[in-house]
Amino acid sequence: MSKIVKLNKGFDIRLVGKASKEIANFASAQTFAIKPTDFIGLQRPKVLVNEGDTVKAGTPILVDKALDQVIYASPVSGEIVEIKRGDRRKLLEIKILADKTVIHENFGKIDLSQNRDSLAAKLASTGVWPNIIQRPFGIVANPADTPKAIFISAFDTHPLAPDYGFTLQGEEKYLQAGIDALAKLTPGKVHLNVDGSKPVDAIFSGVKNAQINQFSGPHPAGNVGIQIHHLDPINKGDLVWTVSPAGVVQIGKAVLEGVYDTSKIIAVTGSELTKAAYVKTFVGANVSTFVKGNLNSGHVRVISGNVLTGEKINLEGFLGFYHNQITVIPEGDYYEFLGWAKPTASKLSYHRALGLLSFLTPKKEFVLDSNCRGEERAFVQTGVFESVTPMDILPVYLLKAIMAEDFDEMEELGIYEIVEEDLALCEFVDVSKHPVQELVRKGIELIQYS
Amino acid sequence: MKFLRDLMDKQRPLFEKGGKLESLYYAFEAGETFLFSPNHTTGIKGAQVKDAIDLKRMMITVVIAMIPCLLFGIYNTGHQSLLATGATAGLLDNFGDKAIIGLQLVLPIVIVAYAAGGLVEAVFAVIRKHPINEGFLVTGMLIPLVVPATTPLWQVALATIFAVVIAKEVFGGTGMNILNVAMTARAFLYFAYPAQISGDQVWTYLGEKTAIDGFSGATALAVAYNAGVDGVPVVDALAGHNTALGADLFSFSNLFMGWIPGSIGETSTLMALLGAAILIGTGVASWKIIVSGFAGAFLMGLLLNVLAVNEYMAMPPQYHWVMGGLAFGIVFMATDPVSAAQTETGKWIYGLLIGVLTVIIRVTNPAYPEGIMLAVLFMNVFAPLIDYYVVKANKTRRLQRATV
Repeated sequence: MSKIVKLNKGFDIRLVGKASKEIANFASAQTFAIKPTDFIGLQRPKVLVNEGDTVKAGTPILVDKALDQVIYASPVSGEIVEIKRGDRRKLLEIKILADKTVIHENFGKIDLSQNRDSLAAKLASTGVWPNIIQRPFGIVANPADTPKAIFISAFDTHPLAPDYGFTLQGEEKYLQAGIDALAKLTPGKVHLNVDGSKPVDAIFSGVKNAQINQFSGPHPAGNVGIQIHHLDPINKGDLVWTVSPAGVVQIGKAVLEGVYDTSKIIAVTGSELTKAAYVKTFVGANVSTFVKGNLNSGHVRVISGNVLTGEKINLEGFLGFYHNQITVIPEGDYYEFLGWAKPTASKLSYHRALGLLSFLTPKKEFVLDSNCRGEERAFVQTGVFESVTPMDILPVYLLKAIMAEDFDEMEELGIYEIVEEDLALCEFVDVSKHPVQELVRKGIELIQYS
Repeated sequence: MKFLRDLMDKQRPLFEKGGKLESLYYAFEAGETFLFSPNHTTGIKGAQVKDAIDLKRMMITVVIAMIPCLLFGIYNTGHQSLLATGATAGLLDNFGDKAIIGLQLVLPIVIVAYAAGGLVEAVFAVIRKHPINEGFLVTGMLIPLVVPATTPLWQVALATIFAVVIAKEVFGGTGMNILNVAMTARAFLYFAYPAQISGDQVWTYLGEKTAIDGFSGATALAVAYNAGVDGVPVVDALAGHNTALGADLFSFSNLFMGWIPGSIGETSTLMALLGAAILIGTGVASWKIIVSGFAGAFLMGLLLNVLAVNEYMAMPPQYHWVMGGLAFGIVFMATDPVSAAQTETGKWIYGLLIGVLTVIIRVTNPAYPEGIMLAVLFMNVFAPLIDYYVVKANKTRRLQRATV
């Protein structure tokens, strides 16, 4: 039974710099990187290669000693040029200088008729496994676990997010194969959740072997956590998996072709770009060739991912493993005279105390910079977090429970149902400027390692 | 504004760690962030952009919403004064004189409240090393509006200091307090210095002059309560009150407009509703609390009509809306987000009970003619209990889901 869910709560942040639907001819990225910090829950990373080694796409370069069945593979073929470590030898980046044409490790096509456990073990050895995320906690799944269901959100409602109907065109075959493989891994259902506010993209409408549900409404309607809450909520002791559509396609390629093919189309977006468009590249690409020479101002912040949940990288930084988007916005490190008091129509606010007349121009696009717009304070305003969180969850009480490190309270208030991105809008709209996503992760870690 | 910025940058090292005036850092910071929105940027992970609102903006919106009440209060103070001394008859006669009398009385109270409270805030911020709380912008304006214009300034200062310290700072500042700070200030005055904030003599400023013959300074609430005791229909008693000052001083429309004696900002229901429109329009205050507060008062009034043991109980319930400070209290005091219920369902219950309790206190308690002050404080104390059960219901729903 497919479900149709209409959500009302939430907020669409409309920004200048949407990618036009074309593949831009930016120069190809030269270097690629695997960043262990992208994989939340990766506890004891062990590097399997040395600087100077040559690798193929699919060669294992990293494992987690705590979960060593899962390998983290090189996204491209080439030479390991640098293994970058930070303070206390924390592993930061493994950089690969790519060959002109990518050579793949071939591990043979994957037979989907084999039993579940050997299929999981096989997928875990190919490099595609880290695409599978476990909830609760939002960490890389353990192949030995059996999830009660698997969820795929087929659309992204984050600001300036890529249109998967466009980025995945021509990949129908692999998408289907990926879903078939996932269906083998769970005794429950595979849910494919599509955007219900427009006709379903051709690529998703023909999918079999999955329950297709429709979600519509403002952001965060596209967040898989919100969708799970409305389809089959996570209770204490439950385990579900989530995969992004791009991840499903990677799994499908491993199944049908027997290779770890990380090529994908990403959106290069943001107000500070001369040309915002899509570009074809690989996981972990160095973003400099897409951004440098494409800027219309000097003082920018480059973000891997979107402005709500992304990570600040520099002009020479690398695309995060799970990201399908780069956003470039102005850096906001300036003072503004009486900035809090001036009436203005050029600033975006969810609150009518600032955007009183914003309802007149609901489609207006804004240029937002990275300024905090105020200082951190105690919680004062109430009812706002609830109005941007389309779940039966009380975010402020949950956050206070996390601050108090009250484990029972966190469990009872629904910590298992959320990861950072589900409360990212709360962080945006917060009058008191709390680091909401950081708190959510702190709470999850308290529970996870307790 | 460049020179101001340069000045700030030049002084900054003095207050930073290791500087001579390090201990005064938060006082400096308060001044700096008032003039300039800071240059802080978002972190490496997490939301990279932030909503343009901050607490300063929110609090100043509440102050703006109070301005109609303040201006009306200033004028009405002068108006009541001239009316009582027989110097004026019409509402708009002697406009300038009334405005000047009002300003002379009200402005010092506002200044004293801001100065006394601001000083306490600053001292606590410096000693306890936390930023100065914007919440005081609102409290400093609320306190003058809920006291009579004749209140001695030293009492205003004392009440403000008491309220800021005992009701707020001991809990950790804005956001942590249990009681509404301004209501605590008023309650302090009410119980510590009842002679200056209750009775018939304090609401109208007479100065050196004497009131005209037959003048009574009683408020509508006092008249209504006495009517109940004497067995006179309240509406008749209100109509027949103070005819020396002109007919229909306490007519429904006059009560609604606010041309009556009372605390500075509380008399006009119309101005309170104007403030409510601003607060609801900007989304700063909860419309649920405001609507359910008025509804609670009306429903309780209706219920008392049914019982009607005395004439006060038989009073048409809409009179409760326009007498005393109910409208002001519900709009500005009950909606204080920190001391109110914080869950959406809780807000309905909280507002409703404030309305209900106000009317019960007014009608049944001879000691307190005005019920809103105690109702708000009482419900402030009970708001966490209401929230507790609303949150518990949320937990129960989650638990039941798991067992099905």
